[in-house]
Amino acid sequence: MTGLTRRWTVGVLGAAALALGACGGGDKEPTLRIYNWSDYIDPALLEEFTKETGIKVVYDTFDSNEVLETKVLTGGTGYDIVAPSNHNVPRYITAKAIAPLDFTKLPGRKNLWPDLMQRMEPFDPGGKYTVPYMWGTMGIGYNTAEIAKRLPGVTVDSWDVVFKPENLAKLKDCGVYFLDASEDMYAVTLNYLGKDPNSLNVADYEAATNLLVSLRPHITKIHSSEYINALANGDACIAIGYSGDILQAATRAEEAKNGVEISYVIPKEGSQVWFDVFAIPVDAPNKDAAYKFLDFMLRPAVIARASNYTEYANANLPATPLVDEELRTNANVYPTPEVFSRLFVTTTKEQTLLEQVNRLWTRVMTGR
Amino acid sequence: MSRPRSRAAILPGLWLAILFAFPFLLVLRLSLSDTALAIPPYAPQIDWSRGLDGLKAFFAALDFEMYRRLGSDRLYFDAFISSLQFAAMGTVLALLVGYPMAYGMARCRPGTRNILLMLVILPFWTSFLIRVYAWVGILKPQGLLNAFLGLLHIPPVDLLYTPAAVQIGLVYSYLPFMVLPLYAALERLDQTLLEAAADLGSPPWKSFWQVTWPLSIPGVIAGCLLCFIPMVGEFVIPDLLGGPGSLMIGRSIWMEFFANRNWPFASAVAIVLLVTLIAPILLYQRQQAKALEAGR
Repeated sequence: MTGLTRRWTVGVLGAAALALGACGGGDKEPTLRIYNWSDYIDPALLEEFTKETGIKVVYDTFDSNEVLETKVLTGGTGYDIVAPSNHNVPRYITAKAIAPLDFTKLPGRKNLWPDLMQRMEPFDPGGKYTVPYMWGTMGIGYNTAEIAKRLPGVTVDSWDVVFKPENLAKLKDCGVYFLDASEDMYAVTLNYLGKDPNSLNVADYEAATNLLVSLRPHITKIHSSEYINALANGDACIAIGYSGDILQAATRAEEAKNGVEISYVIPKEGSQVWFDVFAIPVDAPNKDAAYKFLDFMLRPAVIARASNYTEYANANLPATPLVDEELRTNANVYPTPEVFSRLFVTTTKEQTLLEQVNRLWTRVMTGR
Repeated sequence: MSRPRSRAAILPGLWLAILFAFPFLLVLRLSLSDTALAIPPYAPQIDWSRGLDGLKAFFAALDFEMYRRLGSDRLYFDAFISSLQFAAMGTVLALLVGYPMAYGMARCRPGTRNILLMLVILPFWTSFLIRVYAWVGILKPQGLLNAFLGLLHIPPVDLLYTPAAVQIGLVYSYLPFMVLPLYAALERLDQTLLEAAADLGSPPWKSFWQVTWPLSIPGVIAGCLLCFIPMVGEFVIPDLLGGPGSLMIGRSIWMEFFANRNWPFASAVAIVLLVTLIAPILLYQRQQAKALEAGR
């Protein structure tokens, strides 16, 4: 779910990994090729899978949904498993780029969390094409002390803090970061304005644009990943971002012992919940291996370890008690049922609307 | 005489056909297509099974819709103008920095010259990407530059994600492309001409202006073209060092291709870019040819 900018490093590393993979490949050895987000799996799990099944794993990484989708829609990627985010999934399905799953090969599906599966209905009804891997939320990350100084007596629990120009104006001097992700930003802005976050009406997006443009003078930077460091080292005192990233910023600040304390909140008006899911491309060379891997990842003990590594929640109900206590009791990772009920999910926009929305976002970014 | 010459032209011709003309036609065709939710994500596709009819249906479905859209939104025009400005400024700066470098190199002893030449080429041994990333480390708020300014008790500057950062990145990255042709032109310069000028009482600045500079013009033009053209379409530098204010056409193409999944529109932007860049080169070449003829 993160940045556009880091994709370059990832591209370089990915190409290197591919080259290494190409060199080491024996002919007959069964191979599974996975294309996933960078730094998003415990490498020990891959080794374990190979030990158990004898299937060699070639693991490449990407760092933007756009790059993944462009590759998959070009066809012939040679990957057996890809990991798109929820709002792109319907496009893959319509384009017939991912294969419907054979449930008989995935007995572990019974472990999936029914409440979460219900949230997947808008983008993959019945989970016919995808298996959820990790999920998280969008919210506000903030520097506790700096905010208390500038907005005395205010509890940061509402989008009002960032979406009311008079509030944001008071925070301008300590650093305000917004995400450079048009669809995610519009989803939370529309929700704040009391409109459908999946609205099909351009007028709604124009209203949201007007609000964002009015906030623009108080925003220090619109960037997809820089806020992590900025929050941690005190360059930013407030940021709209993804749960995992902001938790990471909090950890970094703690480690740096620079006196910065970062908190994360899912505002009371509700926010977006996102899923990164596993899918099998239609032209996957080794579908059998792909199924074996998906079922392996559906084992509670395995996915719990994956969560411990990524620090994101998984969608496997029996796995929850196996996740590190610190993680599973963190309401920002595993929200309470009450908070969870206020989370919404986004789905694919039709092409014309997508272009209009991205054009409006350009206006927010550049003023043109 | 003409036979071996025409045979020698086959290889470059083939090279040009495979690596330029064919991809160009693919992009042109794409720019006349429409988006589709399929693999690949555009239509129409040629239905070869229907033979000639399939081909006819394919050509009938091509249209200029994307170009019409391109003309209807000022954003692309603005991005285009802004790219030309960045590239023009970058080229001038590269020339100002590169000329003295090349001049100094050309006046060194041959042994030193080769070492200096190596040093100019040396950065190419590391990835372009990594070199641009290094600038992020230098320019960022707590980066090397501000640490250095701090030592001198100069207040820090916020350069990263500004147009100035893009300009620095452009000049840094393309400087060797300016220095090398300039060096080649200056190195060939006949020193006796300068001696003759001095003998006839010309002060050094005048000799430079009346002898060295005119003779280095071909190198200046080659260097400027080598810098200007790739700078206009540059994507990595504005993406990594620029902020929302540094609108450039390379980024617009990326946006259309990836964020909007609109391959045809991205192709249309690329074609317009190509055509506008080719025009001045052709004009220049024609001018050169004319000048050559007039000289005879």
